[in-house]
Amino acid sequence: MNTELFGIVATYLLTLVIAIPLGKYLAKVFAGEKVWTDFLKPIESGIYKLSGINPKEQMNWKQHMKALMTINLVWLVYGFFVLMYQDKLPLNPDHNPAMSPDLAFNTIISFVVNCNLQQYSGESGATYLTQHVVMMFLQFVSAATGIAAAVVFFKAFRDKTATNLGNFWEFFVKAITRLLLPLSLIMAVILAFSGTPSNYEAKDHFISLQGDSVNVSRGPAAGFVAIKHLGTNGGGWFGANSAHPLENPSYFTNSVELIAQVIIPIAMVIAFGIFIRRRKLSWMIFGVMTIGMLLLLIPTISSELGGNPAIAKMGVTQLSGAMEGKEMRFGPAITGYWSTVTTIISTGSVNSMHDSAMPLTGLWQLLGMMINAFYGGCGVGMLNYFIYLIIAVFISGLMVGRTPEFLGHKVEAREIKIAALVTLLSPFLILAGTALASYVFTTHGNAAWAVQPKTWLNNPGFHGFSEMLYQMTSSNANNGSGFEGLGDNNIFWNVSTGFVLFLGRFIPIIGPIAIAGLLGAKKHIPESAGTLKTDTLTFSLMTLAVIIVLNALSYFPALTLGPLAEYFTLIK
Amino acid sequence: MKKYILQSLRLTAVLLVLLCVIYPLIVAFAGSFSKGQGGGEKITKNGQVVGYALLGQSFTKPQYFWGRPSAVGYKADGSGGSNKGPSNPDYLKEVNGRIDSLLKYHPYLKRSDIPSDMVTASGSGLDPNISVEGAAIQIKRVAQYRKLNEKEVADLVKKTVKGPFLGLFGPSTVNVLELNVALDNLKK
Repeated sequence: MNTELFGIVATYLLTLVIAIPLGKYLAKVFAGEKVWTDFLKPIESGIYKLSGINPKEQMNWKQHMKALMTINLVWLVYGFFVLMYQDKLPLNPDHNPAMSPDLAFNTIISFVVNCNLQQYSGESGATYLTQHVVMMFLQFVSAATGIAAAVVFFKAFRDKTATNLGNFWEFFVKAITRLLLPLSLIMAVILAFSGTPSNYEAKDHFISLQGDSVNVSRGPAAGFVAIKHLGTNGGGWFGANSAHPLENPSYFTNSVELIAQVIIPIAMVIAFGIFIRRRKLSWMIFGVMTIGMLLLLIPTISSELGGNPAIAKMGVTQLSGAMEGKEMRFGPAITGYWSTVTTIISTGSVNSMHDSAMPLTGLWQLLGMMINAFYGGCGVGMLNYFIYLIIAVFISGLMVGRTPEFLGHKVEAREIKIAALVTLLSPFLILAGTALASYVFTTHGNAAWAVQPKTWLNNPGFHGFSEMLYQMTSSNANNGSGFEGLGDNNIFWNVSTGFVLFLGRFIPIIGPIAIAGLLGAKKHIPESAGTLKTDTLTFSLMTLAVIIVLNALSYFPALTLGPLAEYFTLIK
Repeated sequence: MKKYILQSLRLTAVLLVLLCVIYPLIVAFAGSFSKGQGGGEKITKNGQVVGYALLGQSFTKPQYFWGRPSAVGYKADGSGGSNKGPSNPDYLKEVNGRIDSLLKYHPYLKRSDIPSDMVTASGSGLDPNISVEGAAIQIKRVAQYRKLNEKEVADLVKKTVKGPFLGLFGPSTVNVLELNVALDNLKK
């Protein structure tokens, strides 16, 4: 029992030991200062030359966003067609079929936006080729897109007044060559030596010890699983994701995968403070995020270790907690930690089936995704947090009667409007999406579709509602985990979540960058006694309060109908 | 705009080579030096492959230790969990049924002897492990069926238990396939 809790503490501490120096390194890399990985420069120059890019060309925030959107649209079109015709392309040793148009639509958006919601199963729905040139490729580049966007945001606040915010391609390429690729190589080798397959052999077949005939899906998963976590992507090689013994062979690899998904989000927060020369601010942000994580983590672990009260009534012993949907080699404690980490950070890989978690665990998972800024995804976590911060600046400014300012730039109506729009988008997409799904389920259950809406849910009652709410929340947060009992590979879910995914990714990137770009270009006002300081404890707590109040107001009614109602029926 | 499109296309092509050809080939090369040569480590008995070290398989015969229930029948090319919610009445009935069937095959047990991992499905459907308690409750049945000394079987289980990682972190587990292969080898 205690060994299970020690495991969580050790894993988190090791995360910090790696993430903090990594943050210092990243600040230097993106500031163009000397670092030990500069020997990679010739490779980067080669990439720029082959792509016709001049990395010294300066861009303003609008040009950055144009470059970002252009390359993302290129990936959308390219990936859609590769998925549609994957059966006819090479490297398909298991002869898996092509994707239907609506499934390809959903899958390609989902991978471009760093979500990795998977309505297909890796063993039967994709080929070795598409797992590489679509899924794994996008796991690298979508993470690099998020990191590059965050660096643009950093740039806006480094100098007193800035319109030239560096070159998007340079940030993007460096995020891959200096960060994602080297770390992935190290991690992939660790996984390969722990038992994850890495070669291209097709399905295997053997006769089991008691005489059953068994087929085994394999394939080069080690490299895939590495970037899936480092890039906070979460899409699995196998259907069962990181619960699969080949994708996550042991307690040790489980900790490696847990550490991998948290280091870059934390490192980006540290890098922010060093980059803009305000370290105290980034420690304050890190503090709020960590408190937020603990507020979700502690009740999650307590609800999982308590076990299922309905099973307790049957008289069996729940040694270490709830075990449905969990793996023995991890145990419920670190599985609870994983479920918190994977939902606050937009990874969405799972090492247990979230659908089978205790009702309150589901509540904390949903809240983690709704807030989406406690560490958050690769790069985008900082951007999401920034929106809350701007709202907090505005509200505190009003409360104390001062002009709202952030880092010496006046926050005016235009910036607040953008922040308000971004803030309202999430509840709108999640709640309207869930409402639409519930409406179709209840009133058009018998519609003559290929998959009848009344067969969507795997569980009756409140839990069934949670399945739909979770799917929309996960899509909006670009998380990708699911209450996988939901029958989601059909036209309604593929198309509706496709749109939610797209909007939930790009508006929360463009919004904060626009605010940062507008603020950065304004005249710098020197600090005075009248300045609202943003790196104080009071202001940090204010931001935390804003985060909690905004999300509670938006989502409490929906959460009451789902996990809370289930919780109270289960304990009665 | 046109400039960005061209740059995007060319950069995408270059990165496809770097990330989807060079990177996985390096990993595959490194992996070829691992225990399973990059294809997954196999378990053999008398020179015959009987399974993968990491993948659980179905055991239903009374002379073997049984693994955890699997939502996919230990199909190693279609992993998955039950995704049943904790309050689902059909699911709870199913768990109750599993308890009854365990009691039928192990009449010497009380309900409170049964650890919950033996009556709940794993996340992957391929969980290779059970808890130490889950193995302990089966010792008597297996020993009776194989006409072995109970202590002999208990010692074998003890030998197969894998403690926490580095002795400090995580749960203790028993790999069912490893235990059953050891049992079969014991008989000779």
